[in-house]
Amino acid sequence: MLEVRNLHARIGEKEILKGIDLTIRDGETHAIMGPNGSGKSTLSAVLVGNPLYEVTEGEAWFNGKNLLELKPEERAHEGLFLSFQYPVEIPGVSMTNFMKAAINERRKAQGLEPMNAAEFLKLMREKRKVVELDSKLANRSVNEGFSGGEKKRNEIFQMAMLEPKLSILDETDSGLDVDAMRIVAEGVNKLQRPDTSCIVITHYDRLLEMIRPQYVHVLYKGRIVKTGGPELAKLIQEHGYDWIKEEIGEE
Amino acid sequence: MICDHSSEVMNAQRDEAFRRFASGGFPTRKVERYKYTDVANLFEPDYGLNLNRLDIPVDPYKAFRCDVPNLSTSLYFVVNDAFYSKALPQVHLPEGVIIGSLREHASQHYNQLAVKDGDAVTDLNTMLTQDGLYVYVPRNVKVDRAIQIINILKAPPLWDKTGGEALMANRRVLIELEEGAELKLLFCDHTADDRPFLTTQVIEAFVGENAHLDLYCLEETHAKNVRVSNVYIDQQRDSRVNHNVITLHNGVTRNKLDLTLSGQGAECGCYGCVIADKQQHVDNNTLITHRATHCTSNELYKYALDGKATGAFAGRVLVEHGAQKTTSQMTNQNLCATKEARMFTQPMLEIYADDVKCAHGSTVGQLNDAALFYMRQRGISEQEAKTLLQQAFVNQVIDLISLEPLRDRLHYLVEKRFRGELSKCEGCKLCK
Repeated sequence: MLEVRNLHARIGEKEILKGIDLTIRDGETHAIMGPNGSGKSTLSAVLVGNPLYEVTEGEAWFNGKNLLELKPEERAHEGLFLSFQYPVEIPGVSMTNFMKAAINERRKAQGLEPMNAAEFLKLMREKRKVVELDSKLANRSVNEGFSGGEKKRNEIFQMAMLEPKLSILDETDSGLDVDAMRIVAEGVNKLQRPDTSCIVITHYDRLLEMIRPQYVHVLYKGRIVKTGGPELAKLIQEHGYDWIKEEIGEE
Repeated sequence: MICDHSSEVMNAQRDEAFRRFASGGFPTRKVERYKYTDVANLFEPDYGLNLNRLDIPVDPYKAFRCDVPNLSTSLYFVVNDAFYSKALPQVHLPEGVIIGSLREHASQHYNQLAVKDGDAVTDLNTMLTQDGLYVYVPRNVKVDRAIQIINILKAPPLWDKTGGEALMANRRVLIELEEGAELKLLFCDHTADDRPFLTTQVIEAFVGENAHLDLYCLEETHAKNVRVSNVYIDQQRDSRVNHNVITLHNGVTRNKLDLTLSGQGAECGCYGCVIADKQQHVDNNTLITHRATHCTSNELYKYALDGKATGAFAGRVLVEHGAQKTTSQMTNQNLCATKEARMFTQPMLEIYADDVKCAHGSTVGQLNDAALFYMRQRGISEQEAKTLLQQAFVNQVIDLISLEPLRDRLHYLVEKRFRGELSKCEGCKLCK
């Protein structure tokens, strides 16, 4: 699915990623944890091609395609999805028009005809249920006036609509109450298939108890410094990151 | 010669207008309200005038298809500056309502608002205009069906033989709404000819107590068209006016709006939407005067500029001494898609009363990069994402239009315009 080798990236003059290696196979779920400012969001931004970041070294392959050579929209067409940590409000563009454009642009890239209106609305209705999203939100502008929880649920709704191969959830659990987190986690679980994979970036193991990753990585100062199973998330929850810093020879 | 083809009421104003115009001449850019459009320069070329009223044979229904069709409006035509009486709609207007030639109907209200302005282009129009449109709605009469006026610019056929001459038209409109009257009026400006045109237009509207006027002006002309339009509106107690001016395609346009809230509790909404690219130039200049207490004014003008287009917005709200409890909001927002596109903006507030709530603001910016990237991550191409964002930007103004079919149609036209499929007006010869 995804093969990242020795990836370095910077924003402006500041180097943030200092050699990331990460392999994700079909059907796997990986969690990435790490202290604030360690580069978790940068990694997700670089993978989806955010132009603010510059890759200085290394490579990333996605199902045989050189990811770093593709435009952001082409990466999306290949099946890469990011649930944004801070979903963007787009006043004046309705959720319906936004999703219609997203679906049909991908179909165009695949050489398919645009989806007809009836089919599209049916799909919207179906997928809304996955995250219990209010039907009224569909007529509103993208994320405009949505509560924090609605914004995050809306991200998972879009994921359901687009059926990506690899989804990156960047702190999708932050700012969610217990019920909203359950809805989001159940939504993500429902969307998992043997041929799809997921990267979950989080600070807390509560979401991981529901999504159950096979691997947990710790990102620190732009490198993956430790990899383990779900038990690693529990240890971090209880003891913080100091013991890992000590392990790698830091105060 | 001018007077022979006009009416006494209109002729009576000419000498004075000529005297004023002759003493000042065309305004230069040193005149404050013509700062952003070099009008003197625009009038420099030779333009022909159809003073002898040569007949211009058009079958508007056949030769011309307006971009805003099937609105179930009552459709009238004005060719250059003459009311076209050969094609009148088969509708029954409520009793007492007049929609017709200004030459035939002009009342004593004619030029009463315009003359106070001392604007040279208005004086020139008063001097030269021979006809135009007259609209009258009597007391408490509500005209349910919107009235649509299509202004067509077309040269007399004889001119075709001499080829490519430029034509000047001086159009005049007088609107009178008596107490409690209601009217929705839509003007669509088109060019039916590829020669250069220069139009001066003066619209005067008297809106009586408790009356309600929606006035929409849509321009879709070609790159060689110059339009200088001055609109004067006077509002009496508790009246409401919505004025929307939309420039979809043009050459050089300068729209001036002078609106006075003369009676207590009057409300106005003045909205503008401009889409311009290439070398197009659009200048909106507004003055809203709060003369009475408890009046409300709302202004929103949005410009989406691309290519080497220039836009200008100069808006002034004047709250006169004693106009307490005034509420006023003025907003001008602009998008420049290229480095060459230029926007001049000047929001002004002048307040001589102490118990008022007024705000004004203006922004010039580019498309939101974060939104652009968010859309691209969902698979929407950069071009498509830009188009969607530009559309969303101007739709905020379109959504304020209360005439629903017009609103829907404009959404469609705006989309086409941003996709480059509306490079000229659809109705004109050039594009067929």
